[in-house]
Amino acid sequence: MTVAVHPTQSGEPVFYVADEHPHPEGYSTSLGFWIYLMSDCLIFAILFATFGVLGGNYAAGPAPKDLFELPLVAVNTSMLLLSSITYGFAMLTMQQNKVAQTQVWLAITGLFGLAFIGIELSEFAHMIHEGATPQRSAFLSAFFTLVGTHGLHVSCGLIWLVTLMVQVQKFGLIEANRRRLMCLSMFWHFLDVVWIGVFTFVYLLGVLR
Amino acid sequence: MSPDFLKLIFGRLTIESLPLHEPIVVGTFAVVATGGLVMLAGLTYLRLWGYLWREWFTSVDHKRIGIMYMILGIVMLLRGFADALMMRLQQALAFGGSEGYLNAHHYDQIFTAHGVIMIFFVAMPLVTGLMNYVVPLQIGARDVSFPFLNNFSFWMTVGGAVLVMASLFIGEFARTGWLAYPPLSNIGYSPDVGVDYYIWGLQVAGVGTTLSGINLICTIVKLRCPGMTMMKMPVFTWTSLCTNVLIVASFPVLTVVLALLTLDRYVGTNFFTNDFGGSPMMYVNLIWIWGHPEVYILVLPAFGIFSEVTSTFSGKRLFGYTSMVYATVVITILSYLVWLHHFFTMGSGASVNSFFGITTMIISIPTGAKMFNWLFTMYRGRIRYELPMLWTIAFMLTFVLGGMTGVLLAVPPADFVLHNSLFLIAHFHNVIIGGVVFGAFAGINYWFPKAFGFKLDPFWGKLSFWFWVTGFYLAFMPLYVLGLMGVTRRLRVFDDPSLQIWFIIAGIGAFLVFLGILSMLMQFAVSFLKREQLKDVTGDPWDARTLEWATSSPPPDYNFAFTPVVHDNDAWWDMKRRGYQRPLTGFKPIHMPSSTGTGIILAGLATAMGFGLIWYIWWLAALSFAGLLVVGIGHTFNYHRDFDIPADDVIRAEDARTKLLAGAK
Amino acid sequence: MSTDTHAAHAGDHHHEDGHAHGTFSTYMLGFVLSVVLTAIPFWLVMSGALPSKQITALVIMAFAVVQIVVHMVYFLHMNTTSENGWTMMALIFTIVMVVIALSGSLWVMSHLNSNMMPMHEMTGMK
Repeated sequence: MTVAVHPTQSGEPVFYVADEHPHPEGYSTSLGFWIYLMSDCLIFAILFATFGVLGGNYAAGPAPKDLFELPLVAVNTSMLLLSSITYGFAMLTMQQNKVAQTQVWLAITGLFGLAFIGIELSEFAHMIHEGATPQRSAFLSAFFTLVGTHGLHVSCGLIWLVTLMVQVQKFGLIEANRRRLMCLSMFWHFLDVVWIGVFTFVYLLGVLR
Repeated sequence: MSPDFLKLIFGRLTIESLPLHEPIVVGTFAVVATGGLVMLAGLTYLRLWGYLWREWFTSVDHKRIGIMYMILGIVMLLRGFADALMMRLQQALAFGGSEGYLNAHHYDQIFTAHGVIMIFFVAMPLVTGLMNYVVPLQIGARDVSFPFLNNFSFWMTVGGAVLVMASLFIGEFARTGWLAYPPLSNIGYSPDVGVDYYIWGLQVAGVGTTLSGINLICTIVKLRCPGMTMMKMPVFTWTSLCTNVLIVASFPVLTVVLALLTLDRYVGTNFFTNDFGGSPMMYVNLIWIWGHPEVYILVLPAFGIFSEVTSTFSGKRLFGYTSMVYATVVITILSYLVWLHHFFTMGSGASVNSFFGITTMIISIPTGAKMFNWLFTMYRGRIRYELPMLWTIAFMLTFVLGGMTGVLLAVPPADFVLHNSLFLIAHFHNVIIGGVVFGAFAGINYWFPKAFGFKLDPFWGKLSFWFWVTGFYLAFMPLYVLGLMGVTRRLRVFDDPSLQIWFIIAGIGAFLVFLGILSMLMQFAVSFLKREQLKDVTGDPWDARTLEWATSSPPPDYNFAFTPVVHDNDAWWDMKRRGYQRPLTGFKPIHMPSSTGTGIILAGLATAMGFGLIWYIWWLAALSFAGLLVVGIGHTFNYHRDFDIPADDVIRAEDARTKLLAGAK
Repeated sequence: MSTDTHAAHAGDHHHEDGHAHGTFSTYMLGFVLSVVLTAIPFWLVMSGALPSKQITALVIMAFAVVQIVVHMVYFLHMNTTSENGWTMMALIFTIVMVVIALSGSLWVMSHLNSNMMPMHEMTGMK
């Protein structure tokens, strides 16, 4: 769509586009999705603020030191990091139009994500078993909600990932599917960024307290 | 049947939940039910269901969605205003040992519902509706960036409104005030469904609002027509952009706060409780981080409307366009730095209070700059006192007053005296009615001919205007006086008989506003009947300046047969001045999004889920959630969401307009 | 601020919205950096290598900030040109909002706690 914004040679101003092409499909999608991620970012910011304000209120209950097992958190972090790089590989193979390889990398990403959720759930189960329930203190309420919301996002990402794998299988790496894979990629890496905040401010600083 | 079995099916919903013991509610229900049945029967008789479903409910056209938002806002205005009248009557009566006619249980629900409905389901839909209708036209676009999402957002807003309305007849609404502060809103003090209605109503509507915010930002950023740089955008588009930025940046905060309150109520966590380390003060802090930007979300588009109206009806370019834009942006940022002025008295101390007091006062500077811009636009203009301009002038007088009482309240020591008094109530009604409501009415009168092809009747419009303006002053000036005398808000009965006269005056004012609303409804009816006389075929009845007036009224589905090219701030004015000739040939097929019923289905499921969660009907909640997932994911398997309007259809529509225009000359 | 999205858009229809892509080497570089930036803070806290807790806290927070930037650049491909700079502008705006909401809440609530809840710290209860 080439448009002469300035008057043409004859001096007549141009007031409309005579030869117009519609915007390509998904023209606004990546910006729109990015703005959605920014709003999600604020959701996490408020949860972090809540944790920051209430995170020291143990109500005579267990403190981070009694609960957090840093080696487990480190393993969990590595799951998420590995899933990030494998998603990156999926994107690279997608650009080369290799359907099968893309699917494999997506599947591996999904498995790492699943492992992350599994470890997190077992950590939660362990804490609840020890009596450190979300109801026990404001600290634990804030902890479970912040980390749980992140976990919920990862779970949604997994559902989305499976859906996309089905769609890629069915329709191939068509333009629409590439766009969707790119959105999920932003979502997935964004969750990784949030996790950096979680392991630093919740786990590491919690243990230091 | 065993009670356990009933509980499984109906949760905590029982026959006793229906407010049969409240004669007022039963009477209201009878009226609403009869009216509703008559309407449903009428629609069925006229066989309009198919038409409504195809052309409106499933439409992704931003113009139709905009109109539906406006209808929602006006319908909810009737409900919200009925609450206001009831409160005014109660307060005018309950003196000298009289209990008035409302019991405490009912009265507390009324003032909560009034606030919630007026902000979320009147002001928000009116503002969103105007933005939805006007912005794509003003920027020369065919639709918004995500048309399906737009339809879904609208129905989510409706879903929230449905939940709030349902609380009137099934169960009860919150008795906590419109922001539901804990610990009062915690399960211990509010064990009933009222707060749950509040939470889920706002959450469902909030999803819609956030998505519509994202949608409109993208539309403005990505879909402007060629030549329209940022600094050539109409001011209404600018204020809409800033409003939607604020929506996206603040509604997530509301979502989280309500979610935490939900966890406190449903799961027993301790965020805002009194013990186990919870802090109710944190709720107040967080909800105002959303709450203060919210009032700017409402008023910024109104500022945009006044800018368009002032320059159109003064026949002049807007004075100080650049400063107007910068003032809007500065207000956007500053609105994030003032939230604490809503709770100066909570005790954060001198340093914190003075910081937030000063930032609050600073906001009046860009706002004042805007006021002068409007005045200078009018200065030496050839002002036409049509209805939109009348509302604008009433706004300028009223809003200055409200703004000044606001600056007064921004002084922490003064706030300690006036906090939670009727002075505060008078102040925020002064800015919200004077700013947002007058703005919405100016916008409705201004753009109605664009949307329907005929002007609104000026006689009934002026009647409505005068009733509203005098009614507003009579209703709220006494509240300033009462506030200065120390009367606090939300009181049901009074001891001091010397106060009664002020409440009676305020009640008379509210009654005048009621007449104003009736006149407005009358205005719509009369205008519809006289539509042939009020007809406008030019598409530009006000001799206006921006692009939306370049197309026909009502605009065709595709808005513009050819995408316009813009050279000037007042693009359409520039086109008229430089002899623009409407193209008559060369039409091509136009690519448009197709209608879909998915939005209304998803929103219906979300509403059902909310209802299930409110009443602890877990099977309903789980089932609707599963339905949401299935329908939502299913929708992504549909890859064909667009179609082409054939060139023949475009030619037919444009030829028809050519004939009309020729006849008009 | 963007001048004209359409003009900039002209001619790159088949290009995906001008969004940047990574290559194998940038992804690997990002991955290695983030592994290092994750490992060091964990090691610092678990081993107690630094003398004071405060210094450790500051250092690991600095690492977190650096790692967030690394992820933004290498995984999310943030740059100033994609979408005519709108993504970057949205990001900066969001960061400002996050900082205001976070630091504001902490500041306000700490004052409220010290003024209004004198027994709040519950001395002796951990």
